[in-house]
Amino acid sequence: MEHIRTPKVEQVKLLDRFSNKSVIGTLHLTATHLIFVESNSTSAQEIWILHHHIASVEKLSLTTSGCPLLIQCRNFRLVHFVIPRERDCHDIYSSLLRLLRPVSYDELYAFSYNPKQNDQQREEGWQLIDLAAEFERMGVPCDQWQLTDVNREYKVCETYPRDLYVPITASKPIIVGSSKFRSKGRFPVLTYFYQEKKAAVCRCSQPLSGFSARCLEDEHMLQAISKSNHNSRYIYVMDTRPKLNALANRAAGKGYENEDNYSNIRFQFVGIENIHVMRGSLQKLLEVVGTRSLSMTDYLVGLENSGWLRHIKAIMDAAIFLAKAVTVEGASVLVHCSDGWDRTAQVCALGSLLMDPYYRTIKGFMVLIEKDWISFGHKFADRCDQLDPDPKEVSPIFTQFLECVWQLTEQFPQAFEFSEWFLIQIHEHVHSCQFGNFLGNSQRQREVLQLKERTYSLWAHLLSEKQNYLNPVYSPSFAESHPVLEPSTQACHFKFWRNMYHQYDRSMHPRQSILKQVLTFKESNRELEGTVQALKTKLQKFGVSTSPLKEDAPASTDGERTVEGSSATENGYGELTGSFGSKNEPAVVTLEFGVARMTC
Amino acid sequence: MEFAELIKTPRVDGVVLHRPFMPTVEGTLCLTGHHLILSSRQDTTEELWLLHANIDSTEKRFVGSLGTIIVKCKDLRVIQLDIPGMEECLNIASSIEALSTLDSVSLMYPFFYRPLFEVIEDGWQSFVPEESFKDLESMTDEWRLSEVNKDFSLCPSYPSLLTVPKDIDDESLCKAASFRHGGRFPVLSYYHKKNAMVMMRAAQPLTGTNGRRCKEDEKLINATLCAGKRGYIIDTRTIAVAQQAKARGGGFEQEANYPQWRRIHKAIERSNVLQDSLIKLVEACNDQSHSMDRWLSKLEASNWQSNVKEILTTACLAAQCIDREGASVLVHGTEGTDSTLQVTSLAQIILDPACRTIRGFEALIEREWLQAGHPFQQRCAQSAYSNGKPRSEAPVFLLFLDCVWQILRQFPCSFQFNENLLIMLFEHAYASQFGTFLGNCVAERGKLQLSQKTVSLWSWVNRPQELERFLNPLYEPNNLVIWPSVAPQSLLLWEGVFLRWNRSTKCLDEAYQEMVHIIEYNKELQNKVNSLRRQLAQLETEDSPLQTP
Repeated sequence: MEHIRTPKVEQVKLLDRFSNKSVIGTLHLTATHLIFVESNSTSAQEIWILHHHIASVEKLSLTTSGCPLLIQCRNFRLVHFVIPRERDCHDIYSSLLRLLRPVSYDELYAFSYNPKQNDQQREEGWQLIDLAAEFERMGVPCDQWQLTDVNREYKVCETYPRDLYVPITASKPIIVGSSKFRSKGRFPVLTYFYQEKKAAVCRCSQPLSGFSARCLEDEHMLQAISKSNHNSRYIYVMDTRPKLNALANRAAGKGYENEDNYSNIRFQFVGIENIHVMRGSLQKLLEVVGTRSLSMTDYLVGLENSGWLRHIKAIMDAAIFLAKAVTVEGASVLVHCSDGWDRTAQVCALGSLLMDPYYRTIKGFMVLIEKDWISFGHKFADRCDQLDPDPKEVSPIFTQFLECVWQLTEQFPQAFEFSEWFLIQIHEHVHSCQFGNFLGNSQRQREVLQLKERTYSLWAHLLSEKQNYLNPVYSPSFAESHPVLEPSTQACHFKFWRNMYHQYDRSMHPRQSILKQVLTFKESNRELEGTVQALKTKLQKFGVSTSPLKEDAPASTDGERTVEGSSATENGYGELTGSFGSKNEPAVVTLEFGVARMTC
Repeated sequence: MEFAELIKTPRVDGVVLHRPFMPTVEGTLCLTGHHLILSSRQDTTEELWLLHANIDSTEKRFVGSLGTIIVKCKDLRVIQLDIPGMEECLNIASSIEALSTLDSVSLMYPFFYRPLFEVIEDGWQSFVPEESFKDLESMTDEWRLSEVNKDFSLCPSYPSLLTVPKDIDDESLCKAASFRHGGRFPVLSYYHKKNAMVMMRAAQPLTGTNGRRCKEDEKLINATLCAGKRGYIIDTRTIAVAQQAKARGGGFEQEANYPQWRRIHKAIERSNVLQDSLIKLVEACNDQSHSMDRWLSKLEASNWQSNVKEILTTACLAAQCIDREGASVLVHGTEGTDSTLQVTSLAQIILDPACRTIRGFEALIEREWLQAGHPFQQRCAQSAYSNGKPRSEAPVFLLFLDCVWQILRQFPCSFQFNENLLIMLFEHAYASQFGTFLGNCVAERGKLQLSQKTVSLWSWVNRPQELERFLNPLYEPNNLVIWPSVAPQSLLLWEGVFLRWNRSTKCLDEAYQEMVHIIEYNKELQNKVNSLRRQLAQLETEDSPLQTP
């Protein structure tokens, strides 16, 4: 609290990003949130912005109506306040600057957030996702794969989890030797096992091969992976980087596998760009779509120049390659990039999701993120700018993964148990630092921070409001007929994800949501089924036997649904339908009209 | 019969049909006067029946004696026929070529088509001007139905009955007509009941370079203004284009002569530009080898989405003048038969909930497109694959449908119809068994005796069995004005038309069916609850006398 100089400012103007509209309200600054409450009592919208969500605060030059303050958020919200007195504006500005730069983990919201649960509930929340059980579900350990305790103390690789699965023929010396030949000690380990063909998806970092170095243990390691799969005589090694990048790494003593040294490997580059390119790409995309009165030409040219969809397509192409190698050829695949925690995580996770319908359920998707992203050490703290930011480490790698999943939901509307709001909500919390899951860069660091003791799990929270995230047309039988998804990767089938990047720009969205409407119908169906039952019971008391009708059977598809009304979440889910009634005309039209009138 | 002369080879066996995302079919190819038929003679596989009129262009290739004909259709589908035998292939190709480019309207299929269904309601009589005038009369008495164009001599492209201000006599109308391009003097397009504002449409005034004026024209449009009120003239052309039009005798309303009107210029492209845009768009959509960058740049270069945005923006502007500003509006471009109609019809969809019902939408198309004289036959003679020099082809109507689809996407619960209706209208505007879209104006349709000799599209669509396919299960009547967003991020490529043949829609169709099922189940349950409640209430009333002392 000591950083807050002015907790409350009145008569603040909030400008709409895309129109000339504005509302007046009061700005409150708390230890965790910046809150704007509209003064107009009839609509009185409230905007809550978590300090952790703020990416940048900018004080613009003084105008006649006051001092403008521009706040850009990591969840793509952009708010533009005009504060009447410059002094207040400066106070807010400097408080925010301090608040959005926490210097220690203890300052993060997760350590003060208390959802009024007791310790037992909190522990249960953390126990929801059990990765050992997940590997068991895949059929591991088995006669070819075993759990190794080599990393129990994080001695071999401190960015890997404790529990790792390796081929049974990979002895400890081989593992240790291999790890010394791999960047950051990230040796090849199992991440997904395709039981049907006994094919494995393994991940690692680049080999320290330089121009000529080799490592027998590492070669043995790949040999062991290859031998564990009797269905295929070779394994694929996917280097997810562009070839040029991999070549450049050789000069630094790193590089890629020399096919001459490894027997039976098929080496493949897939050309996903690095974190710096991705960061620049998103920045360009946001610049373009944030332009007022954007013309169609500038939009499409900007979309192209940002390269964003090109990158999304590259990741999708790589995942499809992986899924095909495993499911069609029955070959095992080893995936790596440089350090094996960005592109590798994207490709392994997305590839697994294409192969395994379980990951397309709400619970399964949580497991997937927990496994390929959290436990294998995607550096969430660095990539999402949680603490002590190094701007060069920030990159929307995880956002891209979520977007790839969204693109799939568009092509396969019945394949996913969840709707896009689930993805958006996860994205929200990756940056919110409200829950412990995504804090820190590795499992080891999370243990040091005692997150399980001191914070709450996001997954329990999301499951508690599961009904908000359901996809009403999800069909479990779709998974049976389409165990492996084969999406189209034609360029024209990739779309701009408006609900993510314009989540808070209400004027851009459909004023009526099909999703919300169908969810309401499903909800209503469930209630009506209950009513029918109750009425029949009553009728039976009168001695009327009701004929069994087909709708008597409870609908099996939504058995686990609860009937409680969904609370409007902060992500605009509730706002969308609320805005219907066309109170506001679309901004762009107003603007154009204004321009038009001036030219008269 | 002339057709027989054009058909050099009426049937070929062993022809293989290739269609994207569908299994190949081997069978017999037959050519009739109006159809290309391919049948495998097995019950399980579907037969191909393709109207010659639907064929936009053909290409042939030979590998040895195996010939291949690529048939590109006006509905944007591309199919491939492998025909054994060079001679057969050449014969088939030239027959198709000849049959698909017949010049005479009276040889078109609608004149030969006999419906297999019973016509319950004759679509030719479903939407007559007298009926819509009755609706207007119930709201206002400021307007009258004029027969001044009874013999189509005043304005060949207008219908015989026109709604004009009550105080303007036919003589003034004649003078105003002589001052407007093609005789298209200002007539009523839409009456906004909420605030009694109106939208009129016309063609450009013939001011020419020396600034001609016409008192009757001024009087005519001023008669639509309430005392002290001002109106807006929306010229769909840029000021530069409008200026150029003066040199050819056209022009725009001078402020000095129309002091009560404010003129606004927009930039809707002319029809020949639009045709080029369609060709480029379809080319981009059909090339599946594009990298992301190339695709986006081709999509941009086609300008199609820009055209959609501009048309929608102009329609929103017109609607806004009427509903928000409380002003009357006059819309025109050059001829008043293309961009003008796009704007007036879309504005009505935004403003008038009635236009969002199936019946109302049909009436809108009848009123604002067919009777208003959009030259369908000229505009839809060729589609995106035409090789020849475009004469007057242009996807003006398709762009309108695209814009309706955009609004439908943004207000998915406010329309009684779904996307299928829009796609169906696109198909039938270009090739159809029905006579509705033949001819270029009411006068031409009369000469062709379409209402006697052909079946109306509406006779077919409005049958309950057919309507079902076009109903939007999410529809809930919404009496509000619906304001679409015209931000580029809110406007999508209409996949249902442009990517229709290069994607598999199975997953999307099944998801749609599931949605329909959920909603139907809801109705079923609701009925069940009601009937049980009634039953219970009955039992309770029967019981109650016993319980009360």
